[in-house]
Amino acid sequence: MTALASPAPQRRSGWQSFRDRLSNITPQMVLFPSLVLSFVYIFVFSGWTFYISLSNSSLLPSYDFVGFEHYASLWQNRRWNVAYRNLFLFGTLYVAGCMFVGLLMAILIDQRIRGESVWRTIYLYPLAVSFVVTGTVWTWLFNPTSGLEIFVQGLGWESFAFGWIIDRNLAIYTVVITGIWHSSGFAMVLFLAGLRSVDQDLVKAAQIDGAGLVRIYTKILLPAIGPIFLAVLVILLQFAIKTFDLVLALTVGGPGIATTMPAIVVYDFMFQRGQIAEGAAAAIMILLALTVIVVPYAFYAIWRRQREAANG
Amino acid sequence: MASAAAYDPYATSGAARRTTVKVLIYMILALFAGYYLLPLVVIILNSFRELEEISRDGLIAIPKSFSLQYWPSAWSTFCVGGTCEGIAPNFWNSLYMTVPATIISTALGAINGYILSKWRFPGANVIFGAVTIGVFLPAQMVLLPWAFVLGQLNLTNTIAGLVFVHTIQGLSFTTLFCRNYYISIPDDLIKAARIDGAGFWRIFYKIILPISPPILIVTVVWQFTGIWNEFLFGVVFSSGSQQPITAALIALTTSGTSVREYNVEAAAVLIAALPPLLIYFFGGRYFVRGLTQGAIK
Repeated sequence: MTALASPAPQRRSGWQSFRDRLSNITPQMVLFPSLVLSFVYIFVFSGWTFYISLSNSSLLPSYDFVGFEHYASLWQNRRWNVAYRNLFLFGTLYVAGCMFVGLLMAILIDQRIRGESVWRTIYLYPLAVSFVVTGTVWTWLFNPTSGLEIFVQGLGWESFAFGWIIDRNLAIYTVVITGIWHSSGFAMVLFLAGLRSVDQDLVKAAQIDGAGLVRIYTKILLPAIGPIFLAVLVILLQFAIKTFDLVLALTVGGPGIATTMPAIVVYDFMFQRGQIAEGAAAAIMILLALTVIVVPYAFYAIWRRQREAANG
Repeated sequence: MASAAAYDPYATSGAARRTTVKVLIYMILALFAGYYLLPLVVIILNSFRELEEISRDGLIAIPKSFSLQYWPSAWSTFCVGGTCEGIAPNFWNSLYMTVPATIISTALGAINGYILSKWRFPGANVIFGAVTIGVFLPAQMVLLPWAFVLGQLNLTNTIAGLVFVHTIQGLSFTTLFCRNYYISIPDDLIKAARIDGAGFWRIFYKIILPISPPILIVTVVWQFTGIWNEFLFGVVFSSGSQQPITAALIALTTSGTSVREYNVEAAAVLIAALPPLLIYFFGGRYFVRGLTQGAIK
């Protein structure tokens, strides 16, 4: 390398300086193409969808501006209102259920039990299974003629009935049970990692002071993993808002529209009914819901990192 | 304290209580293990049972019959939406979609992460923040534009189109992961290499790549699982024989025309679930690492 480079100095002002400048901007040039694609995907696509929501598009895009007309009609749409209420009910129970089950499992696994990795593997594997597979299998288990109902009847309890999935008032709870099955292991793993990262000297000091297990958890361990609670909460809320294929595979949004979700309504508007402006308006509402949750959390995370950096 | 007098009774009752608590812990753990394992066990057992027996006893029952014929049937002869070639074509679709999209998005993410952490220029952090928005962006926001772009590129209803969508879509995630990993590598290492005359690519190959396997494995595991399991893009941008396996599975199990062939469908469900499950069982360590890194950082 050096031998080849040595005759260069006399021509430095021409080719060499051009090469230097070129190599100085190599990083930016390499980054540029994928950056442009990402930016188009994130900002141009979102902007386009937003514009469509303000246009009078129906089956095909049109660029005639009509303002917030489609948002108004969306909020008068029964399907959307059912979906919205479902999201609140499902989201609350799903997030609370996942966090409760996840925390319980994490605390139990933290008690120096045997075969820890086996338990952990069992609790977490559903997360690797797709929502489509999850929903498909659970719909068979909830089906009164093939699943749990006929099983319990076979055990001798002949009047046992478990038809939640075909009951429009109860079907949403089958979505909750299935969702918790899928995601509670996720909460468990994060809580467990948090519990294990707490300074053990604190725990030992409390034990010497005579604190029992319950006090050690409520006064030391759980407060210490507060930030993880928040992280898990935000991620699970995101999952809930984006819920789509789980419900499609489990109940197809039914019976009727009893378990429909905002993401399903978007899909219906856009690809089944040819009302893409309403669909785009509904997609914007989903984005808004996510923004309300993620943006404050992002600021909190940045603030916390800066504070940690300042404190050394 | 009356510790000497109290020694014997208290110690025994304490030990007994500890045993009771331990038994209780294991009982609760086993109860939840049953909840998590029930679907897997049921689906495995039913992929070998005769249909007649399933419709008589239900899905949750001790198997009385055993046959291996349902797996080959689900793989290559069962009818999905008019064509009777089983789930195999869709399995291969998923594989041809997932492998390139995973590799390309991970490779680009590694390079992007390297630049945004080690070759920072004015505005690099803002650009990084903007790119990570893609991780949270709901798919519904980009469905229509993607459909339009794929149409313009003549990629509608092709595997290449799905590879394209998943690669761009995955860039945010892979860039986020790799950048957060590389940022913890000391800058002095890079500076020393630059003083020695190493350029952009040389530093990447000689310094960054050799220490990257942990993050690359995590990223590959997550990208593969995520893209394999994805449903919405598959069902919107492809149809029929071009569909990935998740979309085909929905078509197969919700086609309510004939009698539910639970055994064949159970085998098809397992085939669809198998690749991510294998990755999870053999790479669980990386799966968990990705989880904790992604969520806490």
